[in-house]
Amino acid sequence: MNARDSILARIREALRGGSDSHGSGHSVAEADLSHRSPADAGEADTAESEAEPVVGSTGVRRFLPNVPDDFAGQVALFAERSESLKTEFLRCADEAAASAQLKLLADREGWESIALPADSEIRTLLTDLSIPKLEVSRSTAKTDLEKVSAGITGCDALIAQTGSVLLTAKSGGGRAMSVLPVHHVVIATSSQLLADLPGAFELMEQKYAPNFPSFMTFITGPSRTGDIERVLVLGAHGPRKLTVILLGGEGTTSRAWNQPPVT
Amino acid sequence: MPSASSQFNTDATRMVADLEHRQMVQQSLSGYQKTRSSNANRFQDWESARSRAATIKDEAIRHLDRYLVQFEEKLVARGAKVFWANDATEARAYILDLARAKQAKVIVKSKTMVSEEIHLNEALEKAGFKVVESDLGEFIVQLRHEPPYHIVFPAMHLTRGQISDLFQQKLAAEPTSDPEALTMTARKALRQEYIAADIGITGANFAVAETGMISITENEGNARLTSSLPKTHVVLLGIEKIVPRLADLALFLPMLATAGTGQQLTCYNSLVGGPRSAEEIDGPEDMHVVLLDNSRTRLLADAEQRDTLRCIRCGACLNVCPIFRNVGGHAYGTTYQGPIGSVITPHLRGLQSWQHLSQASSLCGACTETCPVKIDLHHHLLQNRRNAVAEKGSPFQQLGFRAFAFVVNRPRLFGFAIRIMKFLAPLQRLFNATPGDPVWPWTKSRELPSFARKSFRDLWKERTS
Repeated sequence: MNARDSILARIREALRGGSDSHGSGHSVAEADLSHRSPADAGEADTAESEAEPVVGSTGVRRFLPNVPDDFAGQVALFAERSESLKTEFLRCADEAAASAQLKLLADREGWESIALPADSEIRTLLTDLSIPKLEVSRSTAKTDLEKVSAGITGCDALIAQTGSVLLTAKSGGGRAMSVLPVHHVVIATSSQLLADLPGAFELMEQKYAPNFPSFMTFITGPSRTGDIERVLVLGAHGPRKLTVILLGGEGTTSRAWNQPPVT
Repeated sequence: MPSASSQFNTDATRMVADLEHRQMVQQSLSGYQKTRSSNANRFQDWESARSRAATIKDEAIRHLDRYLVQFEEKLVARGAKVFWANDATEARAYILDLARAKQAKVIVKSKTMVSEEIHLNEALEKAGFKVVESDLGEFIVQLRHEPPYHIVFPAMHLTRGQISDLFQQKLAAEPTSDPEALTMTARKALRQEYIAADIGITGANFAVAETGMISITENEGNARLTSSLPKTHVVLLGIEKIVPRLADLALFLPMLATAGTGQQLTCYNSLVGGPRSAEEIDGPEDMHVVLLDNSRTRLLADAEQRDTLRCIRCGACLNVCPIFRNVGGHAYGTTYQGPIGSVITPHLRGLQSWQHLSQASSLCGACTETCPVKIDLHHHLLQNRRNAVAEKGSPFQQLGFRAFAFVVNRPRLFGFAIRIMKFLAPLQRLFNATPGDPVWPWTKSRELPSFARKSFRDLWKERTS
């Protein structure tokens, strides 16, 4: 029997038996060590039954941190979360404003070169920048990507609840561009702002199932560590800086920056 | 070699006397507790979230066979390879063979406790591969040739001074007392390794059956780099990591962060569902997922303690444990420290050799109370004690308890015994806390309480007469 079959057989045996492996005549009742507090007797105390209905994760929204219903409230929450995460959060009314903002960023940070996904419409926001632009494709060397001053990507969503950016291998120009350069800049549109994590998972399924990108990540602030005396240090291995640029206001219909144009 | 039990006694006794170490651990953990409780308070209903998380994990465990097969099918359909390992030896052999087949030189790793459990680094290094831990804390303890001190905070026991000395010695770095400068030293050293590495090994915090994905929770970005840059990505995980559905992570990701580090969400929560697909720009060409049993099915067979398979390795039970806070992580001598380690290690490595950890407990229940998936930890410690005695009790102990039961069940005899003890107490005082003391095992580190002038029985008699 191969390992797969023997592990599965052991699992089935264990689940069927359900006996105490040390059950050498010392029953639970004898020592009464298995008592649970009445508070635990609810959901967690599940009986060994195949028939019981699956609760799953429906309705978990009401357990998670509260999120305002309206757009303005969600933007304010995203801004508040960003502040405490040390994410730079910028709002721009339109593409011209975003272009100008990126120019300002480039000057402030002294960018020498930037990376963006190949064939991406992000290019149209960068026309004012006269620095080398690395359009990342399959042939891009990791060492070149490592050297750029910033990686600029789109995203799939922003999550107000946690101040997170949802990014995939599709929207993020692959896996490395958003983690290897020292500064990661995300371009998002107002229609991409979601209230909470359950909403983000719903979006993921609607948008991609069953052909999910091979890599998807929730980015919540710039890379950090507290491994030395629990002191917070940014830029442990990933980007030291994270900038999120939110384009447009409520109800603005704008194009998504996460997909290459259809060719 | 001394037994695990006597080694624990020696180490724990030494650590308890190290006030500086205790101070440091308490200080680290007090910050954690503050942020943790403020983030748990952000939840609209943390208690219901705990119950639900426990329910979902129980569902996964009850149908573990089905969910594992589903997980495998989905991954294989996306071009990943899945290897099932009965034990540590099989898992190590598979990864070693793979590294040889790939003619790898450098292997970069992100934090995985399962690799500690199967002693993977030693095996790979012995076979001539260069193995680099990339999580900052793991990198530090690897340079010190030490096991991780804590499942979530591996280098929690070290001061910045010690780390500076270490970097000076091993990396030729300038001395500094600035944690940022130290972090940047490690960042620089590791950057080149990611790019050079042939294989990246990561663990997984969750395995999503529905979609065949692994979920990795981290803060530094090292797991992202490890799973993105090398040509081959190896994932090592225990079979208990399963959650049924992708959407379940909407609950588990914030709960793991809150319980684990006190954050609302950790910096990166990444889902990997295969090697690079045809239309993607980058990513590994190969993905190998190693599913490890290594006695987990023994835990599953124990209906009483099956709930330990819910564990999401957040480390919260370590952080609140008065024993952990005083003896520290290394004294345990186990891969998994703290209450969860004390509960499961006897199942993984033998009850008689490891039941002593279940004795090292005040049974205060702080672990059970804090556990985000409601594992009944402190009762499991009691069950381990009971099981150890049932399996192989000491005749001396049994005799002692029988004598005790004989006396306390006879009120007159009990009263008489108390009077004798009271009479003998001044004699004990002469030898108090010396090796000649008949109760030396107690008095060598504790005060022996003196008898009350009037016993409860005397007081009761006065009251009712």
